[in-house]
Amino acid sequence: MTIGDIKETLGAKLIVGEEWMSREVHTACGSDMMSDVLAFMKDQSVLLTGLCNLQVIRTAEMMDIVCIVFVRGKMPDGAMIEMAKQKEIALLSTGHRMFSACGMLYEKGLRGGAPYR
Amino acid sequence: MKDTEDKITLFYKIPGNDFTRAGEASSNVKSKLKMMGVRPDIVRKVAIAMYEGEINMVIHASGGTIEVIISPEEIEMILKDQGPGIEDIELAMTAGYSTAPDNIRNLGFGAGMGLPNMKKYTDEMSVESQVGIGTTVTMKVKII
Ligand SMILES: Nc1ncnc2c1ncn2[C@@H]1O[C@H](COP(=O)(O)OP(=O)(O)O)[C@@H](O)[C@H]1O
Ligand SMILES: [Mg+2]
Repeated sequence: MTIGDIKETLGAKLIVGEEWMSREVHTACGSDMMSDVLAFMKDQSVLLTGLCNLQVIRTAEMMDIVCIVFVRGKMPDGAMIEMAKQKEIALLSTGHRMFSACGMLYEKGLRGGAPYR
Repeated sequence: MKDTEDKITLFYKIPGNDFTRAGEASSNVKSKLKMMGVRPDIVRKVAIAMYEGEINMVIHASGGTIEVIISPEEIEMILKDQGPGIEDIELAMTAGYSTAPDNIRNLGFGAGMGLPNMKKYTDEMSVESQVGIGTTVTMKVKII
């Protein structure tokens, strides 16, 4: 699945990353707690979150996450957009809630990795 | 080979209580390691471990200092603060244990996974702490 596919599936608004729409996404993670996101190293993943502050971008940067989807219509501010551009992280915003957004991507074949323990 | 000749030391002052800026030092280290051509999975481990430590300094200890020593064999991170200290280190290391207030939890941290994550992503980790004096966390990630 590509970032563009995610955008389409979620009817999401593109905020940053027009030029990265064809980038591949292999796994997904949905959480509002950043340490939970940081607990599992995954390759080329997308983060779905209802949290909207600079540390979400920082967390994505540390994890090499390629795309962040803000759920429930949350919109990042200027500083977040600037940092995302600099770190080449695509930003999307969807009106769907976390559960629905995750479900829609799961239905399209995106997975979250192995269960804990 | 002489040890001191192929070591690079980076030093950061972490401002306290400035949550917005937390992570700048870790971000800087990540970029530097990347530029040095360190393996991406190692860069990521160092970045995550240091980021969790940096966040802890900001939210629990009103800032501190971080020294990163890069050698051909390993990357060492020394995080020092003069915060309140940790009374029971073993308890603090338990997954899910946190004394973070609700306002921090609303910012996405305080799940009590920071110290466990730091341990998970590093090859060696030690926590020394004295109540009322401060905390020093030392972490090492092996390159070879
Ligand atoms: N540098 C520090 N100074 C004082 N206390 C700390 C420090 N780092 C961690 N702690 C204590 O250890 C607990 C667990 O830390 P951590 O696993 O990172 O979880 P969290 O930061 O989410 O609370 C913290 O809630 C805090 O009580
Ligand atoms: Mg923490």
